[in-house]
Amino acid sequence: MSSITHLKELESESIYVLREVAAQFERPVILFSGGKDSIVVVHLAYKAFYPAKIPFPLLHIDTGHNFRETIEYRDALVERLGAELIVGSVQESIDTGRVREETGYYASRNKLQTTTLLDTIERYHFDAAIGGARRDEEKARAKERFFSHRDELGQWNPKNQRPELWNIFNGRKAMGEHFRVFPISNWTEMDVWQYILQEGIEMPSLYFTHERRVFERDGQWLAAEPCIRLKPTEQVVTRQVRCRTIGDITCTGLTLSTAHSLEDIIEEIAATRVTERGGRADDKRSETAMEDRKRAGYF
Amino acid sequence: MQLLRFSTAGSVDDGKSTLIGRLLYDSKSIFEDQLEAVEAASKSRGNEEVNLALLTDGLRAEREQGITIDVAYRYFATPRRKFIIADTPGHIQYTRNMVTGASTADLSIILIDARHGVLEQTVRHSYISSLLGIQHIVVAVNKMDLVDFSEEVFDRIVADYRDMAQALHIGNVTFIPISARDGDNVVNRSERMPWYTGAALLEFLETVPVGRDACDETAGGLGAFRFPVQYVIRPISSRFPDFRGYAGRVAGGVVRVGDRVRVLPDGLESEVTHITQAADELTEAFPPESVTIRLADDIDISRGDVIVRADEPQPCQQQDLTLDVCWFNENPLQIRSRYVVRQAAGESLGIVRSINFRRNVNTLEKETGVTSLNMNDIAEISVHTAQPLVFDEYRQNKITGSVIFIDPDTNETVGAGMIKN
Repeated sequence: MSSITHLKELESESIYVLREVAAQFERPVILFSGGKDSIVVVHLAYKAFYPAKIPFPLLHIDTGHNFRETIEYRDALVERLGAELIVGSVQESIDTGRVREETGYYASRNKLQTTTLLDTIERYHFDAAIGGARRDEEKARAKERFFSHRDELGQWNPKNQRPELWNIFNGRKAMGEHFRVFPISNWTEMDVWQYILQEGIEMPSLYFTHERRVFERDGQWLAAEPCIRLKPTEQVVTRQVRCRTIGDITCTGLTLSTAHSLEDIIEEIAATRVTERGGRADDKRSETAMEDRKRAGYF
Repeated sequence: MQLLRFSTAGSVDDGKSTLIGRLLYDSKSIFEDQLEAVEAASKSRGNEEVNLALLTDGLRAEREQGITIDVAYRYFATPRRKFIIADTPGHIQYTRNMVTGASTADLSIILIDARHGVLEQTVRHSYISSLLGIQHIVVAVNKMDLVDFSEEVFDRIVADYRDMAQALHIGNVTFIPISARDGDNVVNRSERMPWYTGAALLEFLETVPVGRDACDETAGGLGAFRFPVQYVIRPISSRFPDFRGYAGRVAGGVVRVGDRVRVLPDGLESEVTHITQAADELTEAFPPESVTIRLADDIDISRGDVIVRADEPQPCQQQDLTLDVCWFNENPLQIRSRYVVRQAAGESLGIVRSINFRRNVNTLEKETGVTSLNMNDIAEISVHTAQPLVFDEYRQNKITGSVIFIDPDTNETVGAGMIKN
């Protein structure tokens, strides 16, 4: 008789949380970004409700600045699971005047996603939005709950969070309010990759090393794509890179890497001395950038 | 690799943040960009030394006020184990945060300043750990460098602590003399305290038995099988036309295919035909596994029902409960107030019948004649529920023995309860 592994225990906890969502809410949705964390959440949801289909649709907030590989992966996954896909378009939010596009060299649609996300949640009357955020990613996320209450404006109030004890989750809410739920709160980046390896989950090619046209800005590599305006001094070069996190092209830092396999990636992460969000331009805007975005209703 | 969850309680003065910073730093769990950010933030605040508390104090208000308000979760791993730290503030006005952090911990680290010995807050932290049923307590006697690494000082603190612990019925305590600032006995054994022959803190955390290994078979092992049903899986598809699976997480004991089971509260019996995790068929399941169970008979089972083994001790089913509660909300608990009493899966409306006594968490004295409970109060109360709850005593089973109180008007979680009987 031996105890179960940390991966088994984390998986078991996440499946428990996903089943609580199905039991406590009427219209839950999984926020799917195409990144490794949301891929793991979808895999866990598949296991939690097997042999029934995942009882939630997938929602992708599309900034229009996605890597081509992300969209291909998303469509293939949805097809394989027989899941329902809903796309919230940031371009549409811009076209209808809901948000104004940023300009300048650092223009990004990352912040604009919040409006599109909240509009989509309202339009479909979603009462729980399941995300792949993890507490180890960022200091404001370290205090996030599994079941995180949002008021009718979609805002997070970090000072008035509901306490969470044992494994009892309180998803009660008033009309118009919703919850964000984070089933993999307790996972680290390493846990995620070890789990992907253990489960043999197929991953988007962006996570493995590939040749790409890139340029360097503020000490990090970014993809040279039409949606980013280059400064006159910035030179486009070709490098062997991979994504450590996948988001919108404008804020996804690329890592110089030769990792061809999941084993290589795990080895690379074990040796790295920089956090995965160290490559995210959106977090570098200020000391409490993440908390400020989360308060407004960000992922 | 196994997982160990532990909580730490204490104030900045105890060196708690320094200790956590040391564990993270020495196990290489702090990254360069995090350290740079903390260094920059410390400098801009005029701190002379790098303030490791800024690593854990992530919220704007916490950084501005220089205090930890909430429970912060921290993660690190060594080649032997993965750790989750629930880092909680130690002051009395954060008792509720300590209770929250302790509710999921296997182990609790209590810090004592070697210069000051056992204090009021030591008693408070120990009491909360004991109340929440934490299996192991580590008393880390910190700042040994400031008392010349004296064995005598350490021994006196150990003796004082044991006197206090006896009154609390705390059994499993390990004492380690450390210097968090210099790293003595934190990750590596200290050469400056040759008289201490035990393990360094990290070594102890890596080897202390957890989960199934920690269960004493002679004392009933994992206890009786308990399976609160979370959700019923019914695909209603052509491939699985008659599939009806009961989804949940094993809350105690072991269940095997072929076991005779009883479904509460109705009491109907059946036999386990399948235990599955997704497509994998298992022969048995134990805590904390999430599985799907199928039974031989078509009985009506819904969320909140509890599946137990017919040949084992049965849980209680009653409407009158006595509980230890910790109050979380600014609105006081009052006698005759109504709350939603929620268990892991089941719930019922309940009314507070009486407050039997309030516990002074500093002196441990019982205070009687109390008519309401304020935020952070801990007390024994009696509650009557509209429907019978299926439960075990908290001492027997933390999952089937715990409840939260929800204010039906605001939907807030206002209190936590541990059922006594």
